Amino acid sequence: MTQDTSGTTTPMGFGRMHRKEDARFIRGRGTYVDDVRLPGMLHGAILRSPHAHARILSVDASAAEAYPGVRAVITGATLETLNLAWMPTLSADVQAVLATDKVRFQGQEVAFVVAEDPYTARDAVELIDVGYEPLEPVVDARRALDADAPVIRDDLEGRTGNHIFDWEAGDRAQTDAIFERAEVTVAQDMLYPRVHPAPLETCGAVADFDKVTGKLTVWCPTQAPHAHRTLYALVAGLPEHKIRVISPDIGGGFGGKVGIYPGYVCAIVGSIVTGRPVKWMEDRSENLMSTAFARDYHMRGEIAATRDGRILALRVKVVADHGAFNGTAQPTKFPAGFFGVFTGSYDIEAAHCEVTGVYTNKAPGGVAYACSFRITEAVYLVERMIDVLACELDADPAELRMRNLIRPERFPYTSPTGWEYDSGDYPRALRLALDMAGYDKLRAEQAERRRGDGPQLGIGISFFTEAVGAGPRRHMDILGLGMADGAELRVHPTGKAVLRVSCQSQGQGHETTFAQIVAAELGIPPDDVEVVHGDTDQTPFGLGTYGSRSTPVSGAATAIVARKVRERARLVAAAMLEASPQDLEWSVSETGGRWSVQGSAGHGRSIQEIAMAAHSNLELPEGVEGHLDAVTVYNPPNLTYPFGAYVCVVEVDPRTGQVKVRRFVAVDDCGVRINPMIVEGQIHGGLADGVGMALMQLMAFDEDGNHLGASFMDYLLPTALECPSWELGETVTPSPHHPIGAKGVGESATVGSPAAVVNAVLDALRPYGVRHADMPLTPANVWSALRGSPLRTDLAIT
Amino acid sequence: MQVPARFEYERAQSVSHALALLDRHGPESRVIAGGHSLLPMMKLRLARPEVLIDINDLAELSFLGVEGDELVVGALVRHAQLLADPTVGRFFPIFHDAERVIADPVVRNRGTVGGSLCQADPSEDLSAAFAAVRATAVIQGPDGEREVPIREFHRGPYETAVEPGELLTRLRVPLRPGAGSAYEKVERRVGDWPVAAAGAQLRLDGGVIAEAGIGLTAVGAEHFAAPGAEEYLTGRAPGEEAFAEAGRIAAEDCNPQADQRGPVAYKRHLAGELVRRVLTRAAGRAAGRAGDRQAGE
Ligand SMILES: Cc1cc2nc3c(=O)[nH]c(=O)nc-3n(C[C@H](O)[C@H](O)[C@H](O)COP(=O)(O)OP(=O)(O)OC[C@H]3O[C@@H](n4cnc5c(N)ncnc54)[C@H](O)[C@@H]3O)c2cc1C
Repeated sequence: MTQDTSGTTTPMGFGRMHRKEDARFIRGRGTYVDDVRLPGMLHGAILRSPHAHARILSVDASAAEAYPGVRAVITGATLETLNLAWMPTLSADVQAVLATDKVRFQGQEVAFVVAEDPYTARDAVELIDVGYEPLEPVVDARRALDADAPVIRDDLEGRTGNHIFDWEAGDRAQTDAIFERAEVTVAQDMLYPRVHPAPLETCGAVADFDKVTGKLTVWCPTQAPHAHRTLYALVAGLPEHKIRVISPDIGGGFGGKVGIYPGYVCAIVGSIVTGRPVKWMEDRSENLMSTAFARDYHMRGEIAATRDGRILALRVKVVADHGAFNGTAQPTKFPAGFFGVFTGSYDIEAAHCEVTGVYTNKAPGGVAYACSFRITEAVYLVERMIDVLACELDADPAELRMRNLIRPERFPYTSPTGWEYDSGDYPRALRLALDMAGYDKLRAEQAERRRGDGPQLGIGISFFTEAVGAGPRRHMDILGLGMADGAELRVHPTGKAVLRVSCQSQGQGHETTFAQIVAAELGIPPDDVEVVHGDTDQTPFGLGTYGSRSTPVSGAATAIVARKVRERARLVAAAMLEASPQDLEWSVSETGGRWSVQGSAGHGRSIQEIAMAAHSNLELPEGVEGHLDAVTVYNPPNLTYPFGAYVCVVEVDPRTGQVKVRRFVAVDDCGVRINPMIVEGQIHGGLADGVGMALMQLMAFDEDGNHLGASFMDYLLPTALECPSWELGETVTPSPHHPIGAKGVGESATVGSPAAVVNAVLDALRPYGVRHADMPLTPANVWSALRGSPLRTDLAIT
Repeated sequence: MQVPARFEYERAQSVSHALALLDRHGPESRVIAGGHSLLPMMKLRLARPEVLIDINDLAELSFLGVEGDELVVGALVRHAQLLADPTVGRFFPIFHDAERVIADPVVRNRGTVGGSLCQADPSEDLSAAFAAVRATAVIQGPDGEREVPIREFHRGPYETAVEPGELLTRLRVPLRPGAGSAYEKVERRVGDWPVAAAGAQLRLDGGVIAEAGIGLTAVGAEHFAAPGAEEYLTGRAPGEEAFAEAGRIAAEDCNPQADQRGPVAYKRHLAGELVRRVLTRAAGRAAGRAGDRQAGE
């Protein structure tokens, strides 16, 4: 098939093509949860806590109950009678569905009103009278473990403090020993601040419990429909086969739609109580205040190196702010996610890290926003530390990286904390990025500008390695559910196919990418493949879409199930051709896939002819029951390790602190690219995310625990005007263990880009003696850093 | 979905009809123009008017043009209209500078000049721009029209000289031949409210500054103006040092509050820096080097 870069024609497999799903999206014909309207449907609204920490003295719902149009008011007390006031989180903790004893963060769910329309529900919420006794909140994570800090989780037996867990990785003794005798050591405190994925579509649900059939149907924008179904079964005691979770079109997830929110449970209870379907849709402020935040890692990094720039060891200490309930979504054995890959892309002899999780009076969550299970924090840490070391050694940050990158011949590479990197050629990617950027010329321009006091040039580099595609079920599960994915492929008599997968697109283009995988394996056009996802009654079990796992796991399942179909087709073709299956060979030409007798290409059958024969009265060989359909479950043998080299160029006005991103060069290696256009789209989005996090997304809390970023007036998302025209490059290092060599790319740019932007800004400030400042680098923060006192970006500015 | 509390809605046909409706519905009624300030506040339930009186049909308030030696800006003139008008750009580049950095095109298409001034948000850009050019506000009430100098119009955050039952109908800005003006803002992101912003207009006569107008927003400057700096400049030769000193005075005189846009020291610093910049640019424009956005930076 000839390559068409416009994407308007359709390749018979991999290559650029327009997204199949876009026809409905650009016509406004998508179906999001708020588009679901059922006969007799009621509407819910949540009363939320105005306080960050307060004891609940009383809840009087009588005025709300009496308000015309209200059908039910559900409080924590109601849920207690159903044993549903608390629900398990994805991290072996519990979370209040509706508060009973205390409220523990501003915006926490306190009561749920069900009414005839959403306006009435909102009006009635205001009529609920809650008596609170405000308590001192824990706002500053660094003080959460102080002896006199108020205990947030006094609901848990025997809890006397706010400590959640300690977790460590690496070899402490070996690392400490290297630090003892190192020529150079540097240390730096840094915060990866709390951010929010802020998807365009907020969270919501429509719950419909049918009393007659006993069937519960929940429409909800979940990234993991099957996991939700199992959890509802376990928590609510409903039989699993009587639960159907439908995840319709999703307007962005980024990890924020993995977990189960109290609103979903309330909608379900509301439907059970009223006998009618109940819709609950969150508004923007509710979304920013109460659903899964991301990051919030207070880190201290230390590097030991030789004077000539050889990195010997890396040591890290983290205080992780998990909010009021430990609700991070990550594999069970990994309380700090995959932060353990913090040695990044460098060949470092020894490393050790300690992470301590703490409770604070903030919303729960922690793993969201395209973070690849905390690899974002890890990459930021190591990439910032390399620049801090470069500062100390007065070395060039590009050369310092080049010097320490893992060499291509070291793959498969086992990191000092035990991760096995599958494949890579790091120096090649970095060289390409530097060439594309014109690095030497940029440095010359920078030197020139440094002679004046006008806008300064900053050049920032970041090299990231990700570990995605979770994961091998022996090591990785969520609440006991192994992270393997099923796939089913049905081929109709005319050779058209239906693929059913468990993962769920939130905008990543699965309906196209997965059709292209089947197309490549079967030699049929992608338009002949319908991809079904997001409905637990229609798809096989699997753990969903997050952590860039769809192509690494479900994509592999898709390739394998298609290969099973192809092998079955071989048997049928052999019967048709009266040949032995071993004598047939597979080929895909412009007209499609074909089994033919070896050496006589004319003597063969197309996949469509074979499909028809498989359903016909053809005498089938022993062992073939008929039809071509197949089923599989893919359990990944290892994670995949995409990587990339980013160069960001900024201009900083030292008089106002304003930063302008002038250029951004991104070289990504995600292994084999199925649809390069979709890959580039994912990268564009992630780079914009990176600019946002690095420069403007601010979610601080004041001393009373008030959320200071609870609307888009305060929580700023980047626009096209803050983003340069992205300059993308690529190298391709296939994953050796993935059936099609793909590594996953959904989160790469979000993981890799913030460090590049921050490094660029700090590079511009280097002549002023500034070594570090935390994100976001707002004008005020940059100006304050220039004066020697960068801001604490997690707290209110005073 | 954020929804406001229950309210009634009336659509005015004329200024006198609007005034009659205001009179009939009393203090719990509110005029709605572009709605870009009022509706967000209603959705957050920070404002709960019982009746909205829609003035969007009042074509008489949409006039924009020169009358005699004044520019007249109707209260219902949209941001976008002000930005697109070549006459405004010729006489008052300060308005075009300001409008380019107010919100985004969607807001600018609906938001009005009158709404901006009546909202009296301490961060409103146009308040500083009109203060710099010393406009006069024309207010109409049941007893007829009255005029209020713009520097007496704003009485405090969210408080203006417009009494209940009255409407702001237009702004009058004296044309100052040969004057130059400019506006500059520091924002965290395009379309964001200012961290700080300044506007200036300078009229030169015989090599000295005959009249200086300086507007400041988001930094707690009384009436959005910097009279101390203006006074210092009057009669002085324009120049780098004079402008820097004027900036210093303006910074000293303002009273910023810390918030998530920045600490007090930073905002004060910006007030000075931006005053210096807009004075430099206004002087450049006054001297005929019009339109050069980079001049003097
Ligand atoms: C996303 C966004 C970003 C923004 N960014 C900026 C910014 O960067 N800089 C900036 O300066 N502004 C900004 N604004 C505010 C915007 O420019 C103005 O607030 C808005 O245009 C006000 O005009 P309006 O016509 O929409 O007023 P409305 O919301 O209709 O009314 C505002 C108030 O004025 C009263 N009112 C309106 N007209 C009259 C009248 N003729 N007589 C008496 N009372 C009247 C109303 O009763 C109400 O109290 C932003 C707004 C939004 C939504």
